[in-house]
Amino acid sequence: MSLSKEQIAQRIAKEVKDGYYVNLGIGIPTLVANYVRDDISVEFQSENGVLGMGPFPFEGEEDADIINAGKQTITTLPGASFFDSSLSFGMIRGKHVDLTILGAMEVSENGDIANWKIPGKMVKGMGGAMDLVASAENIIVAMMHTNKRGDSKLLKRCSLPLTGVQCVKKIVTNLAVIEVTNKGFKLLERAPGVSVDSIKDATDGTLIIDGDVPEMNL
Amino acid sequence: MIKKKVSTVSEALLGVDNGMTFMLGGFGLCGIPENTISELVKLGVKDLTCISNNAGVDDFGLGLLLQNHQINKMISSYVGENDEFERQMLSGELDVELIPQGTLAERCRAAQVGLPAIYTPAGFGTEVAEGKETREFDGKMYVLEHAFKADFAFVKAWKGDEAGNLIFKGTARNFNPVMCGAAKITVAEVEELLPVGSLDPNQIHIPGIFVQRIFKGEKFEKRIEQRTVRKRD
Repeated sequence: MSLSKEQIAQRIAKEVKDGYYVNLGIGIPTLVANYVRDDISVEFQSENGVLGMGPFPFEGEEDADIINAGKQTITTLPGASFFDSSLSFGMIRGKHVDLTILGAMEVSENGDIANWKIPGKMVKGMGGAMDLVASAENIIVAMMHTNKRGDSKLLKRCSLPLTGVQCVKKIVTNLAVIEVTNKGFKLLERAPGVSVDSIKDATDGTLIIDGDVPEMNL
Repeated sequence: MIKKKVSTVSEALLGVDNGMTFMLGGFGLCGIPENTISELVKLGVKDLTCISNNAGVDDFGLGLLLQNHQINKMISSYVGENDEFERQMLSGELDVELIPQGTLAERCRAAQVGLPAIYTPAGFGTEVAEGKETREFDGKMYVLEHAFKADFAFVKAWKGDEAGNLIFKGTARNFNPVMCGAAKITVAEVEELLPVGSLDPNQIHIPGIFVQRIFKGEKFEKRIEQRTVRKRD
């Protein structure tokens, strides 16, 4: 059974360790916050200038001056802080943020990522994605294994304009957990009930299979 | 004390002209200089280049200047959620330069602090770096990005005093502090304008030296772009 978006988030949440500062992108990555163990201390950063993000506010308590990078109204937790955009990207560029989780349209087997532009379509911009992928030490991509047409999103070379080069370390899709190595995509885990062969079929880039590949533990 | 206070928005905007380059603070609709934008619409200055993280929505923020065809060029990191913007961009009426958000912030800050350019890893190996100088430091590649040059910086703060000292609130801070002093003239609009001595010097985010004019905004609508809430148990 391939994973739902919530289950992808649930699997990625296991990568979030005690003491981590984490930046979550829009889409599946946002859901990760819902599945982080509550016995560990983690702070979520949003690049528009807040560290220590909490859940959405209760109805009637929204504050137009407190939003996340998706422009959604949020709350802050005790210990939170606000800062300007320069300092915000300073903490990203300076590698003070431990983990970045973001979505992608394509990832190549050498860790290149494309997630901001489709030629011929309205381009909305890269926002903070290029800064995040160029700087973060630890980048996990959350995405579906194939696109809506059924084409693989794990490629030898990205076909879309790049967001960053050789930066993705790990990919969690609806089918698998994959590590990006200097020899290609290494299959670490497969979704419950999903065969290695079907993952191979859905992967366009080089897939390295080393011995028995365990099922994911959600 | 050097007085920066002006009584009206029209006085604050004295000297704005066609063809100028403006920096405008804000992230989405959060922390935008609403009163300044309304006045720019009234003044009808055109052929503007605007440096701002976003371009507002159709009927608010910088979207109002777009509706009025006052902007020639936008320099932003993200421009979604705006149909008129899309129409003008696709028809070629509007020139758009998309740059990474951290680069946008740092090109403002470089102008603010007197650095001609900075090296950033953002965009290396992508079309953003095309035609730009690149350089390796400690085995990693960086792109040379130049400080912005602007005529006016328009920022919004929560509290300010007559000397131009500013305090921001929540995530309405965003690009506002880094734009202060990054243009020839910085104009700050504030929700509360206080006499000097009212603000604790320990709490000031931007010293008045970076601000030339400060005024109390008449009205702050503070529109919310994505209202997200949770239910009470």
